[in-house]
Amino acid sequence: MTQEAMTMLPEPVRDRLVDESPLAIRGLTVSYGEKPAVFSVDVSFRAGKMTAIVGPNGAGKSTLLKAALGILRPLSGQVTAFGHPLDEMRARIAYVPQRASVDWEFPARVIDVVMMGLYRELGLLGRIRPRHRARAMDSLARVGMEGFATRQIGQLSGGQQQRVFLARALAQGADLYLLDEPFAGVDAATERAIIAVLKGLRDEGRTVVAVHHDLATVPAYFDRAFLLNVTAIAEGPVAEVMTEANLRAAYGGRLGPAQQAV
Amino acid sequence: MTGADFVMLSLVPLVIGTLAAIACALPGNFLLLRRQALIGDAISHVVLPGIVVAFLLSGRVAAVPMMLGAGAAALVSVVLIEAIRRLGRIEPGAAMGVVFTAMFAGGVLLLEQSAASGVHLDVQHALYGNLESLIWLDGYGWGALVDGAALRGLPPELMRMAVVTLVVVLLTALFWRALVIATFDEGFARTLGLPVRALSLGLVAVAAAAAVAAFDAVGSIIVIAMFICPPAAARLMTDRMGGQVAWSTGFAVLSAVAGYVLAGYGPIWLGQSSAVSAAGMIATVSGVILGLAALFGPRRRGLGAKQGG
Repeated sequence: MTQEAMTMLPEPVRDRLVDESPLAIRGLTVSYGEKPAVFSVDVSFRAGKMTAIVGPNGAGKSTLLKAALGILRPLSGQVTAFGHPLDEMRARIAYVPQRASVDWEFPARVIDVVMMGLYRELGLLGRIRPRHRARAMDSLARVGMEGFATRQIGQLSGGQQQRVFLARALAQGADLYLLDEPFAGVDAATERAIIAVLKGLRDEGRTVVAVHHDLATVPAYFDRAFLLNVTAIAEGPVAEVMTEANLRAAYGGRLGPAQQAV
Repeated sequence: MTGADFVMLSLVPLVIGTLAAIACALPGNFLLLRRQALIGDAISHVVLPGIVVAFLLSGRVAAVPMMLGAGAAALVSVVLIEAIRRLGRIEPGAAMGVVFTAMFAGGVLLLEQSAASGVHLDVQHALYGNLESLIWLDGYGWGALVDGAALRGLPPELMRMAVVTLVVVLLTALFWRALVIATFDEGFARTLGLPVRALSLGLVAVAAAAAVAAFDAVGSIIVIAMFICPPAAARLMTDRMGGQVAWSTGFAVLSAVAGYVLAGYGPIWLGQSSAVSAAGMIATVSGVILGLAALFGPRRRGLGAKQGG
């Protein structure tokens, strides 16, 4: 339903129709050139669940996330978070970008990066107090990186860098966590550590949405799946979404035998 | 050299050179880390015709018309780059290269017109500035520093540079936290609700203001060198953003002071009779510092040869 149509409804009806989902996307279209990368996608992510965004390479998974968050400018579409315009809800949303999207030679230590997660609380000039530092250290401990606080970030392995990014998001104390390929190029131990943290967040009632590459691990890691290939194909519990027909629709002939086994 | 000579001849150029170096090096740190280090170079090329036109129209070297002229020139450049890119279907890098050099060349031609009209501003001035000529005729000795009448005789360039440097320092301090986050991780910064675009435009605007203010006193050679050399050398000395800015400021000051002294006295020590260009020497010293940092800096690893992992 469009915004204009909504305003014409009587208030009690409207309130029932407002999507209270932590992240609701309506009619989102994003284009880099002439061909849309994401076309007219409608999806609402379920609160308190872990949802994987799955689809083939170039399906627009990262693009969808970035456009929903306002990192990219969509051609059209509306995004609400917790039933409100996204900009009003930024304090409740934490984003973990792809590890390769930043320069890890940047002059910063691990703790400096995690403290960035406290920006909304500290503001431009707020004093960093012991409780802020304690929260940053606590976030690092949750990803098993408390011993690395004063390391330069360029000295870390890929998996450790990914954990630092997750710790920064944890320091934000958000209710919705959006992660872009959190398991890309990380070691097995890091993958286990990250999934444990994410499940912990889910068990606290928070919402986790992650762009995910590996179809084989979707059932073990996630409650729900959102299948995307430029257009939305299906969203729901993993078992209902990852059917052969849906996967064929998303992946076409590109599905390998290992993935078909899922 | 006696104290009186020093105050009259060298104090003001030293201070202006130092202030200009700091004003350019501070935004230079962020530009370098954003891989936009050449923006300083671009700015100093592009603004020249704007400054000259402002100078010809107003008939004097004053801060406000110069800034307006520089801003107008920068706007014209942006429009030209976009037009050439679209109409000529050329890649942006080539379009920028053409516009930067064309703007600078146009500025040089305009400068010659200004020389013909008998006002003082020439090509040499644009490149080297006029650091050595910024003498304080009323500076009769150290006592002049507390003498109101003598202070009124200070070259106006000093006040202009001091104000701009102060503004640059204050803005850097005020927006520090947001600038660091937006520089390291722009996407994340946006999700925090930071005005990422305004921050990068503001950074370029501050860099441009520093470049224009420094341009008149010290010339474009120092401006270009100070945007890049001290931050690049600092990058090899530390792994923290605070350290990065502190080292770059230290290197900027060292370049300005050592460069000025070496230009004035170095040739005499070597048995030559005349001094060399202070601007050239300051830029050279900053380059030597960068070279030394590249050879001996404690944080050389990683740059160039990326660490495994």
